[in-house]
Amino acid sequence: MKKILVVCGNGLGSSLIVEMNVKKILKEMGVEAEVSHTDLATSKSEQADIYLGSKEIVENLEDGKRTVVALKNILDQNEIRRELEKYF
Amino acid sequence: MLDFLMKDILGTPAILVGIFALVGLLLQKKNAAETVSGTLKTIMGFVILSGGANILVGALDIFSKMFQHAFRIQGVIPNNEAIVAIAQKTFGSETALIMVFGMIVNIILARITPFKYIFLTGHHTLFMACLISAVLATGGITGVPLVIIGSIILGLLMVISPAILQPFVRQITGSNDIAVGHFGSFGYFVAGFLGKVFGNKERTTEEIKVPKSLGFLRDTSVAVSLTMCILFFIVAGFAGPAFIEKELSGGTNFLVFSFMQSITFAAGVYIILSGVRLIIAEIVPAFKGIADKFVKDAKPALDCPTVFPFAPNAVIIGFLTSFVAGLVSMFLLPLFHLKVIVPGLVPHFFTGAAAGVFGNATGGRRGAMIGSFANGLLISFLPAILLPVLGSLGFEGTTFGDADFGIVGILLGYLMKLFS
Repeated sequence: MKKILVVCGNGLGSSLIVEMNVKKILKEMGVEAEVSHTDLATSKSEQADIYLGSKEIVENLEDGKRTVVALKNILDQNEIRRELEKYF
Repeated sequence: MLDFLMKDILGTPAILVGIFALVGLLLQKKNAAETVSGTLKTIMGFVILSGGANILVGALDIFSKMFQHAFRIQGVIPNNEAIVAIAQKTFGSETALIMVFGMIVNIILARITPFKYIFLTGHHTLFMACLISAVLATGGITGVPLVIIGSIILGLLMVISPAILQPFVRQITGSNDIAVGHFGSFGYFVAGFLGKVFGNKERTTEEIKVPKSLGFLRDTSVAVSLTMCILFFIVAGFAGPAFIEKELSGGTNFLVFSFMQSITFAAGVYIILSGVRLIIAEIVPAFKGIADKFVKDAKPALDCPTVFPFAPNAVIIGFLTSFVAGLVSMFLLPLFHLKVIVPGLVPHFFTGAAAGVFGNATGGRRGAMIGSFANGLLISFLPAILLPVLGSLGFEGTTFGDADFGIVGILLGYLMKLFS
């Protein structure tokens, strides 16, 4: 099963909301994945198949090896869906 | 049996929030594995919270002693996570009960009033529940009345705070679908208002070229480490090596010692944040699930970084201006015989940036600057005025940071003085 990690600055507010939206969208797409959320510092040492968050935050995670999804608007569920569909 | 229920179950906040998480998970009809892991993780979150507090308190105590020796005046570093983690030892059960019943009051109000807001910033709900517990308890209210009054106040705040911001949020986002749920709202309201009065909407911040290099401050652990390093070094310089090496460090070089203490403080905050994350991770989705069932057209009220993408330049300008106001306040506070509030990068970054976005929406670049400067003054003066109404919690070397905690605490504190 794929693991998606949602990242924001504090790992408390925005990333939890996005995690809930991602779970909802995955359910609508009929696919299963493990989804969790955390702050930027922790995400650097946590393994995941997809790192997802706002552009300003997750561009710090780009190292050529990680799969990073940089969102323009983290609350736009259509954007999240478009991005997720590339991987499932 | 009653004693066991009241004292050991309700009196152990970790178990209490665990039960709330369990009920939430069962209501959402999660499977057994998810229910067990969610419940255990929530309880673990509370234990982690206390662990982080223990680490942080030592460093905080040393900072206070250095500051006191250096400037002959008490210095306080506002940090919501720190003060809430410390307060859990005294007000843990009250906080947990007020948080959950406050959420229920929020759902009821959203259902029966035109304020359709569901306040989803779980950590702020937790912090506000803690503040209300502390202020009411200091004023002499305890037990069941404390939980009932506290929950009603919290539930009211959870709809009023997004409601006062909504006219501005509509201007910022250009839609009415989302709201901002963050207890820095008084500062944002003032910023939006001042922007409207003094600013010019046409000259927006987004036409200016602003270096993006300050974005790393959004990484909380980096921002906290950096602030604490700078603060510790400055204060250590004034306190002098003789005092530190003789009284505090046991002979270790004063700069090395200060550096390690600053990182210890940041590590404490980092641990507390992971604890808070675990506590709210199960409760917020359950809250949203229940709210969606009971409230038609519920509007989610979300954490303040929600508005950042709408004006990235205002974010940087707002943070810097707010921080400058914090520095200015440091010198002004003693003139009013108040304790010195040492400005932190984290509260100034998040609330200053949001105030900048609100100010920019109503008054362009001038609005962003005036608005976030006002926010910086508010989050310096309000915590200082708040300290006396917090009782014994007012002597901890740290306190609540964001504007609403100050406003609510001060109003409640003085109201209770009036009636007692």
